Amino acid sequence: MIDEAFGGTVLSKILVGLKRVVDYNVRVRVKPDGTGVVTDGVKMSINPFDEIALEEALRIKEQGATTEITEVIVVSIGPADTQQQLRTGLAMGADRAILVQTDSPVEPLAAAKIFLQLVEKESPQIVLLGKQGIDDDNNQTGQMLAALWDRPQATFASKVELEGGKAKVTREVDAGLETIEVDLPAVFTTDLRLNEPRYVKLPDIMKAKKKPLDTVVIDSLGVDTAPQFKTTKYEPPAARSKGIMVKDVAELVAALKQKGLA
Amino acid sequence: MVAKILIVAEHAGGKLNPSTAKCVACASSIDGAQIDIAVFATDGAAVAAEAAKIQGVKTVLTVNNAANAEPLAAVLAPQVVAVAANYTHVFGPSTTFGKDLMPRVAALLGVGQLSDIAAVEGAYKFRRPVYAGNAIITVEAPQDKKLVATVRTASFQAAAQGGSAGVEVANVSASLPSHTRFVSRSAAATGRPDLQTAARVVSGGRALGSADNFKIIFSLADKIGAAVGASRAAVDAGYAANELQVGQTGKIIAPELYVAVGISGAIQHLTGIKDARTIVAINKDTEAPIFEVADIGLVGDLFTVLPELERVAG
Ligand SMILES: Cc1cc2nc3c(=O)[nH]c(=O)nc-3n(C[C@H](O)[C@H](O)[C@H](O)COP(=O)(O)OP(=O)(O)OC[C@H]3O[C@@H](n4cnc5c(N)ncnc54)[C@H](O)[C@@H]3O)c2cc1C
Repeated sequence: MIDEAFGGTVLSKILVGLKRVVDYNVRVRVKPDGTGVVTDGVKMSINPFDEIALEEALRIKEQGATTEITEVIVVSIGPADTQQQLRTGLAMGADRAILVQTDSPVEPLAAAKIFLQLVEKESPQIVLLGKQGIDDDNNQTGQMLAALWDRPQATFASKVELEGGKAKVTREVDAGLETIEVDLPAVFTTDLRLNEPRYVKLPDIMKAKKKPLDTVVIDSLGVDTAPQFKTTKYEPPAARSKGIMVKDVAELVAALKQKGLA
Repeated sequence: MVAKILIVAEHAGGKLNPSTAKCVACASSIDGAQIDIAVFATDGAAVAAEAAKIQGVKTVLTVNNAANAEPLAAVLAPQVVAVAANYTHVFGPSTTFGKDLMPRVAALLGVGQLSDIAAVEGAYKFRRPVYAGNAIITVEAPQDKKLVATVRTASFQAAAQGGSAGVEVANVSASLPSHTRFVSRSAAATGRPDLQTAARVVSGGRALGSADNFKIIFSLADKIGAAVGASRAAVDAGYAANELQVGQTGKIIAPELYVAVGISGAIQHLTGIKDARTIVAINKDTEAPIFEVADIGLVGDLFTVLPELERVAG
């Protein structure tokens, strides 16, 4: 909902996506039978880019001044255990959480359709997602949501400045930094330099237990989540052949010469 | 069924980006594929002429529109969708340009998107890395849907020059949004080779300690005609610009020679260089994981090794 207070359009909600992924410190291994990667007993965390997205949402809300965000909502699509990551999001400062529960993997297009359902219900001014999940490395959901919603996308954001009903977003692109201006509502996806997420403090974890966390059964959203792509095999990457150690610069240069590189 | 593949050209400043010829190489490894390239620009003639020289391309389509002055995904996507009607496949590079655009195209077409094709097994069967390259998956796409995908440029050698494709102007009627506007781009004109295509790359990590110290990386790179890269830690700390980040979430590169200086070799970094022909690691810690992938390793303090290397190299 958009308030018309302060003589202009005032921002209301930010929706943030939090994906539960294998922690970035885990060395992921392929199962011997090639049916997937080992996830049993492996540490799960909030996708790092999504943590950056939540941090940005909280900072926008805390800034107050020209923008009035009344609510930061964290959303995740995943199994029941994803409540852990949503609770962490609430402890970081989100106001409430929505878990769209499913035990099946959800492809980016289906995830975007689910987000669209929630967007239509919550009418946020900003949806903040990570640029990619560090599990599937797809880098798609934000762009797809923006397309389905028929709204702007500002991907790979390293700086977000809000001014009235618009945002100026600096993006990390291959050539350097690019700045675009988008009308709100819009979808932003985060890059690493956007901010450094805060640490969760113990009292906040206690407080987070009382914040609302709604669970939505995925089927109730009427979205077709049947996967389009079929993964038939998982393999470990080809190993590089064993290298040599040299003891000084002279040996290094000799070794490079041998390879025709010096 | 013949695969009819449309490749969205990436270009800037009136020049075609080498990523386009890499997409052609990927598409060419699909048996019997018919390959066209689409150039979206204000006036795409020069870029189209370049694209027409790539071997394996049948037709280059130019879509001219003042709105195409800058590559804004929201503006380009509806036009790509319009052109894509006659194709079975739509490919773009997995550069920031393609990653921004192609998912938007796919969603408008109502289909999923395949990211980072690393190898072609068939017209609808591909291999791609996941989990920072810790796993390579084989993926099958449905044949009754248009396949939208990005091509992992480090996995393909650019298709050769010497082609002579026809060039046609395509008229596209699509309603374009005005909700997204280009403001500016800051690209450092360094005069150095481009990181994504350079044959040699020298990269520095956190160990450099300051932007000032990082100059010794530039200096060695200049001596041997290399591009400069950096670890995330070096970029986060402000020693190097963001576009120099190599890795899972930065640039994935495949140079002939990669020299990692004061970089520990975190998995997120290694995934960006595993296709490099020769990896040289210089690190003072014998146990650094970078030595597990290095072809040539030297244990030592970079601040003594580098000046020495610069003296004798080149
Ligand atoms: C979501 C996410 C995405 C990421 N994406 C990327 C990415 O794309 N690219 C990337 O690089 N990282 C990425 N990272 C970060 C990655 O995990 C590592 O933190 C980072 O690569 C470490 O950088 P570094 O090797 O420069 O620093 P460190 O790990 O601190 O290593 C510094 C090295 O320098 C050596 N050293 C110190 N002093 C000297 C000296 N005087 N002489 C010689 N050697 C010395 C040390 O022994 C050490 O090995 C990502 C992390 C996350 C969570």
